[in-house]
Amino acid sequence: MLVTFLDIAIGGLITGGIYALIAVGLSLQYGVGRVLNVSHGEFIMVGAFAGWSLYTIWGISPLVSLVICSPIFFLIGFFVHITLFRYLRSRSKSVEAFIDSSLLVSFGLLFIVQNIALITWKADIRGYSYWDTSVTILEAVFSLNRLVALFFAVAMSGAFYLFLTHSRVGKAIRASAEDPVTAQVMGVNINRVLGICFGLGALMAGFSGILISMIYEIQPNMGLEYTLIAIIVVALGGLGSITGSLIGGFILGLIGNIVTYVDPGLSLVAYYMIFILVLLVRPKGIFGK
Amino acid sequence: MNHATAKSKKYLSLGLPLLFLLLLAVAPLWIPPYWVVSFNTIFMYIILTLSWAIFSGPTRYISLATAAFFGVGVYAMAMMGQELPFPIVIALSGGLSFILALFIGFLTLRLKGVYFIIFTFGISELIRHLVLWWETKFTGTVGRWVLMMDYTTAYYFLLAIFVITVLSAHIIRSSKFGLALKGIGEYEEAALHIGIDVTTLKTITFAVSAFFMGATGAIMATRWTYIDPTIAFNPLFSFMPVLMAIFGGIGPFYGPLLGAAIFAILEEVLITKFPYYYMLLFGIILIAVILFLPNGLVGLLKKGEKRV
Repeated sequence: MLVTFLDIAIGGLITGGIYALIAVGLSLQYGVGRVLNVSHGEFIMVGAFAGWSLYTIWGISPLVSLVICSPIFFLIGFFVHITLFRYLRSRSKSVEAFIDSSLLVSFGLLFIVQNIALITWKADIRGYSYWDTSVTILEAVFSLNRLVALFFAVAMSGAFYLFLTHSRVGKAIRASAEDPVTAQVMGVNINRVLGICFGLGALMAGFSGILISMIYEIQPNMGLEYTLIAIIVVALGGLGSITGSLIGGFILGLIGNIVTYVDPGLSLVAYYMIFILVLLVRPKGIFGK
Repeated sequence: MNHATAKSKKYLSLGLPLLFLLLLAVAPLWIPPYWVVSFNTIFMYIILTLSWAIFSGPTRYISLATAAFFGVGVYAMAMMGQELPFPIVIALSGGLSFILALFIGFLTLRLKGVYFIIFTFGISELIRHLVLWWETKFTGTVGRWVLMMDYTTAYYFLLAIFVITVLSAHIIRSSKFGLALKGIGEYEEAALHIGIDVTTLKTITFAVSAFFMGATGAIMATRWTYIDPTIAFNPLFSFMPVLMAIFGGIGPFYGPLLGAAIFAILEEVLITKFPYYYMLLFGIILIAVILFLPNGLVGLLKKGEKRV
């Protein structure tokens, strides 16, 4: 009984930690930048393949890759925003028009990134084993890499939360999320903040991608599923609420593990049920204002 | 413009489509069989895009539920194709999608903008995973075999549905009904205040567009002969109509038609040999169109017309 409970609880925390990171990334891009970035999962996929390539080709530990790749992902995201979305935003007649057209542009990005990956790596499933010795916690057995992934997911979320609440840029981000026009009047360089948000979103995606490559098998088609999970978590936590996404990620991870314990075939069904129920009963999410 | 040219223009606008239709009707008699098969796929995309545009064009509610309605049609054919004649199954498939759309429509009355988009997407994915779970758990096998229909018969069925879709799109557009829908797209609150029954109107139009998607799914199932939830409810069936319609231009009804035709032909040429390059090209064109041609091909054509 205790073992089953621990299995589900810690398993849920591990999945939840990754879901939370992914969702925070999407939340930054949508909640602040109004780009419902459906190519989010593709950045995760690229992160996973970066981790895999660096390890299998040069033997670089994924933990080192986390440090090397994160700034690169940030720059890629920042660059995508200042080239595509800034231009689109300046040209859109209304916020609603921008939301629709930026959604379509991110679909375009999805197709581009995914198919470049398919051309480069083919549709094969890949993986590597790293630190997969087993650890026993009160009779429940976990492989070490999963616990390491959990640690890094939580550490990253925590660090980001502090950054958001305590740094100047963090405050500017929160202000812009609340009311972009007023934030701009108060001297926030909105274009820069939006670029930073998109860059941070890409960073979160790449970071979680590397963690995912440590514990799961990867393939170029994996992105969309993570995008959908991120959208579900963001809806659960409330569109635009970054704390909501963090907590929502852990909730969904736990629910997923409980349902998988009952019937593995039903976990995705459960996710979509929750998603639809949340949208119908409380469209603003559990933590939305 | 004088009277004579106005009159000739009117005949032209009626005569051209009729001539085109006649050509399509006799086409299977003289074009190679391979082309007839290609035409089936092209028709599929055109019907899906046109019927998507019937609802989403004027109301500007972007629906990503096309795969759900299409997939319901596919499964209806897989389950009833052996027992009932094809035309009846096709009509029933459309009817089932119609009912599903009514149900979804009533559920989504309160949702707007991006919430509507992700809800419709969520519901199609939910149905896909439910069917997948059901099939593995209770049926035992994931896929199903469908009774085959020969490609020429399928061609004529699709042509018939295509004509009905175009006619319905035209009738809806030029009626009071269509005007009211446009009102919803431009300013929903105002439409509500001048006494338009917004919710009923939206739901019915949504269901009508779903009917054609379901019927098309039923016909395509007989061409594939083997289906499973991933084939029937492929999310690409939800994305493609949106992208094709926007590429063509959502305004007049020939915009989506043009967009779907161009992309479907491009797909037929490229997808078997270079599937990844096709999708890559698709992504690049999509971004370019959104950034530089906000009104699609139709917008470009109109600009050219004005300059002349």
